[in-house]
Amino acid sequence: MNNKMLLEIKDLAIHYITVDGTVKAVQDMNLEIAEGETLGLVGETGAGKTTTALGIMQLVPNPPGKIVSGEIIFEGENLIGKSPNELRKIRGKQISMIFQDPMTSLNPVMTVGEQIAEVVKLHENVNSAEATEKAKQMLLKVGIPAERSKEYPHQFSGGMRQRVVIAIALACNPKLLIADEPTTALDVTIQAQVLELMKSLKTEFNTSMIMITHDLGIVAEVCDKVAIMYAGNVIEYTDKVNLFTTPKHPYTIGLFNSIPDIESDVERLNPIKGLMPDPTDLPTGCPFHPRCDKAMPICSTRVPANTEVQMGHFVKCLLFEEGVVR
Amino acid sequence: MSIDVKKRKKSGPWREVWRRLKQNKSAIFGLIVILTLIVVAIFADQIAPYGYDDQNLRARFQTPNGDHWFGTDNFGRDIFSRIIYGAQISLKVGLLAVGIALIVGGTLGAIAGFYGGKLDNGIMRFIDILLAIPSILLAISIVAALGPELRNVMIAVGVGSIPSYARIVRASVLSLRDQEFIEAARAVGASDTRLILKHIIPNSLAPLIVQSTIGVAGAILSAAGLGFIGLGIQPPLAEWGAMLNSGRQYIRDYPHMTAFPGLAIMVTIFALNLLGDGLRDALDPRLKN
Repeated sequence: MNNKMLLEIKDLAIHYITVDGTVKAVQDMNLEIAEGETLGLVGETGAGKTTTALGIMQLVPNPPGKIVSGEIIFEGENLIGKSPNELRKIRGKQISMIFQDPMTSLNPVMTVGEQIAEVVKLHENVNSAEATEKAKQMLLKVGIPAERSKEYPHQFSGGMRQRVVIAIALACNPKLLIADEPTTALDVTIQAQVLELMKSLKTEFNTSMIMITHDLGIVAEVCDKVAIMYAGNVIEYTDKVNLFTTPKHPYTIGLFNSIPDIESDVERLNPIKGLMPDPTDLPTGCPFHPRCDKAMPICSTRVPANTEVQMGHFVKCLLFEEGVVR
Repeated sequence: MSIDVKKRKKSGPWREVWRRLKQNKSAIFGLIVILTLIVVAIFADQIAPYGYDDQNLRARFQTPNGDHWFGTDNFGRDIFSRIIYGAQISLKVGLLAVGIALIVGGTLGAIAGFYGGKLDNGIMRFIDILLAIPSILLAISIVAALGPELRNVMIAVGVGSIPSYARIVRASVLSLRDQEFIEAARAVGASDTRLILKHIIPNSLAPLIVQSTIGVAGAILSAAGLGFIGLGIQPPLAEWGAMLNSGRQYIRDYPHMTAFPGLAIMVTIFALNLLGDGLRDALDPRLKN
């Protein structure tokens, strides 16, 4: 961890304010990413992973979304409060994003070459011919023949489109890449290819990455650090080895328990009981307590604070908080 | 096959559209008719056998014959020549009126749809007001205020069809603006103007093109309607709608006076619609096979 910090998120809270109530999509979030590091952001659907990503890009739809508090410090500058013009220069150039579904994240009426060249033209002082040339190079980098740059997205398969999306994201050599479930929409073999590609390009460009996923296998594969999210909170945040060897939070342990073991012969999977709570009406105290095996009476009244159980291993659970009467 | 693929890869996006358009026979027929009309309109002086206001009172009400292909009207003017000169005016009115409506209505609709909120509300209520006034009444008041000349007829007809373009553009912008590829474009640092012009408008061209081709037809008819009540193109200038209306009182005895201008309008509109349909298909790469 002696690397320079690229991104620091401090006390971030993002709410969606609707007529049906306020959704606290992200609360009390603290994360750090060093240069060249990969952070995994893991959680169920609706845990606030994508909102976090949009928050970093400053693209939370407003209204109804609102960054209520906190700081997002990128290379020493707070992104919150920057003018739209300054932000446009950062998006795509410094921070870029890969979206979940490659089927819908490409413009259907522009050729893939034009779409890659667009980013280059927006951020680098080049003419059209140079941008087109760069687009072709990027296509080659992601393993697509350069001649196909004149083709439209619908002429590509899902895996190839995601490669195009990756080419767009990396065209300007960004410092931070946010990948929002980049492999969820792909089948397993293509997933492996795309992950492999992302890993090698990340090393080549020395890009930091936030990998949003709900697949702990992907975490094991590519991440250095992991943040587990539940109902808008980062409930456990540590490096990969700690997470896989000594998970602390009951939710994390539950996640590991629900992975089927290929060796043992069991009748049923072992899921975490219950469902994600209604985001407009979260349980009091710890949002996880109604589903928690180890819930104590105090869990329903007291909100757990971030506790460092060992160097660099943070857990938000009253089991580990000091001074709690158990 | 492989040669064909290679050739296709060399072509630019417009050549690509043209290649697909060429496969559509009815669209090409429409295009040929429109191009012929445009050429005829440009070279009207050379093509027309008579002037549009050459009266010959001894040759009134002639049915089609060797000298007067489409016959003559109540002043003995050659209907064929008048239709050729009429093409100039009708096409100009049709295209420019739609142009005005498309630019003004499209811009308003795109801004309203993209930004939403109060701006959307303000613009669309203004559009509703325009929509509430019968378009012919609106056109009459505009021409009456500005004076009956060609330019004002175009403005009047154009303003009357602003609402439909604004609504179409707004609707398609609304459906597109939350698409993931718009968000993705925003995430690479594209500005709002760029998002609208490069990403949203090209994706909403299909309904606009269809509306525009039908709109040209409508504009020609509206201009004709204005001509009928004396606020349109002033005689003796030839204009298809006005010719139609002036032949109306003789329709029992000399149906050719209305039949030929009517046919001219019909053929033009038919050709425009064929071309519009073909263009819509050709512009949509998803339909490409």
